[in-house]
Amino acid sequence: MAPLLDIRNLTVVFDTPAGTVHAVNDVSYTIEEGETLGIVGESGSGKSVHALSMVGLIARPPGRIVSGEVYFKGRDLLKLSQRELFDLRGKEIGFVFQDPMTSLNPVLTVERQIAEPLRRHFNLSKSQARERVVELLELVGIPNARERIGQYPHEFSGGMRQRVMIAIGISCNPKLLIADEATTALDVTVQAQILDLVRDLKKKIGTTVIWITHDMGVVAGLADTIQVMYGGRIMERGPVDTVFEDPRSAYTWGLLKSLPHGGKRGTTRLYQIPGNPPNLINEPIGDPFAPRNTFATERCLRETPPLQQVEGSVPGHKAAVWYDLREELKKQEAKV
Amino acid sequence: MTRYLMTKLIEAFIAIWGVVTIVFFVSRILGDPAVLLVPVGAGQQEIDNLRAALGLDRPLLEQYFQSLLSMLKGDFGISFQHTRPALDVVLERMPATASLAGLALLFGTLIGVAAGAIAALMRGTVAELIVMVAALLGQATPTFWLGIMLILLFSVELGLLPTGGSGTWLHYILPGLTLSVFVSASIARLLRSSLLDIMREDYVRTARAKGLMPRTVFFWHIARNALIPVVTMIGIIAGELLGGSVVIETVFAWPGVGRVIVQGIQAQDFPVIQAGVTLVAAIFVFVNLLVDLLYGVLDPRIRRG
Repeated sequence: MAPLLDIRNLTVVFDTPAGTVHAVNDVSYTIEEGETLGIVGESGSGKSVHALSMVGLIARPPGRIVSGEVYFKGRDLLKLSQRELFDLRGKEIGFVFQDPMTSLNPVLTVERQIAEPLRRHFNLSKSQARERVVELLELVGIPNARERIGQYPHEFSGGMRQRVMIAIGISCNPKLLIADEATTALDVTVQAQILDLVRDLKKKIGTTVIWITHDMGVVAGLADTIQVMYGGRIMERGPVDTVFEDPRSAYTWGLLKSLPHGGKRGTTRLYQIPGNPPNLINEPIGDPFAPRNTFATERCLRETPPLQQVEGSVPGHKAAVWYDLREELKKQEAKV
Repeated sequence: MTRYLMTKLIEAFIAIWGVVTIVFFVSRILGDPAVLLVPVGAGQQEIDNLRAALGLDRPLLEQYFQSLLSMLKGDFGISFQHTRPALDVVLERMPATASLAGLALLFGTLIGVAAGAIAALMRGTVAELIVMVAALLGQATPTFWLGIMLILLFSVELGLLPTGGSGTWLHYILPGLTLSVFVSASIARLLRSSLLDIMREDYVRTARAKGLMPRTVFFWHIARNALIPVVTMIGIIAGELLGGSVVIETVFAWPGVGRVIVQGIQAQDFPVIQAGVTLVAAIFVFVNLLVDLLYGVLDPRIRRG
């Protein structure tokens, strides 16, 4: 069966007064129906921009899609007309954004904000939309849904607002739900509740999910597949358990090593990846992580490694490396 | 809601009382009106008699409390110049001021909103540049100078419109235009920057991500929020214009409230000054109260229980 989403060689730049920012560089991947893909990366890794650009949600200008194809259910999204994109967004592809305080309109009622996509895409009457809004709010776990639909976002707590945001994202039963840092602005207990809710919703409605975050822990608890991005490129991807057990990119390895482990406390300092995030204004040459990578070879600085199946690992575990991380780690251990 | 309204009304009352007090004492510094009112060549005896008749010989504080009490009853005293109730002198000028203000506000707002929206929506184009340069000039040009230039062009050179005064709708054109320029320039600049700010908001991206049509996004998500500061500004301008634009009414010899106050000051006609300034202050405070209430309608975050 064809994948639900098939991104091929997507490259996005931003033309700024300081120069051209290479935000997304030659990104290709597929996602199967029903899969949950966790995309991890730091700010500026291109994880949000590539997702927003494929449905026309980045400002153009300054944004510019240089090349690529994005097949969604067989259609190339980048070739759709504006009108076709309006019809697609919210209906086929739903979005959940971070920081529900700023992502919800402060002067419109929650009912109106959830009903908007329903009325736009399904031509529901006001009362039909209201029934569906109540249903959705109950689904995302908001108590007294019927009484609360007339309230405004500021009358909800942070976690409840995020639930409203999720209700908007899933309102039209989209094939694909893209959550961009959807739990980042929440405190840890609320974050756990939201993740529970998403797992529960996935079981109930079976949507395919792309979960964009900088939090490895969130991906571990939610995703089937993890995809690590850096400097606008995919560094590594594969089944979550495999990548966590056996990372092949030095960047993934560094990220995992810098996580605190439960139990052992205060014995050693947490690992820190040396150096600074890349300046994307420079033309990307070589492996973007090479300047910060102690294992980098001469070739890493000159030539960009392709994302390839990792030899001897499970199918689908891919990494973009010139070096063999396992060999390098063994050598390092031997020295110590 | 009623409690909120009560607080606001009490605040308004205190503000007006403050204005009355300041005006009372400041106007007393102007000089002795009795000297101006007696015929040329009159003796000191006549001046003293007149002063006693007007109640100006009594201690200042006594005069102050006396006039406060009368004002509470709506009595602002008899105009020294017109020998009629001062409030009537001021109020009969109100229609002239209000009609001019209403006209300027209506056209100024329509033009300003359209220009501001065009500038924001056509960002980075020549259209934006033209609108913004025009708005900057409109806001920076002193109204009296613009008024005089318009008179020179349309009345003196072309002879198309009257130089001043009131009576026909033709008399409204030049002062109305002068005031509209200022109003629309201010609104255009504020609305443009407000729209551009709101367009960058996360919730606008959310609205787009829902697949809403651009006009829905614009009217319900962008304009709805961008208009909040504009409403405040319109309120402030409305308050100012309804109080009578002293400069414009003088330039165009417009028989409005602003001009009658200026004439009152020149003649040291205390009752007219007090009645005029109190009325202007009351209008200003009342309009601002209306804006506050409207704010609550536009922005639920500041709506009170």
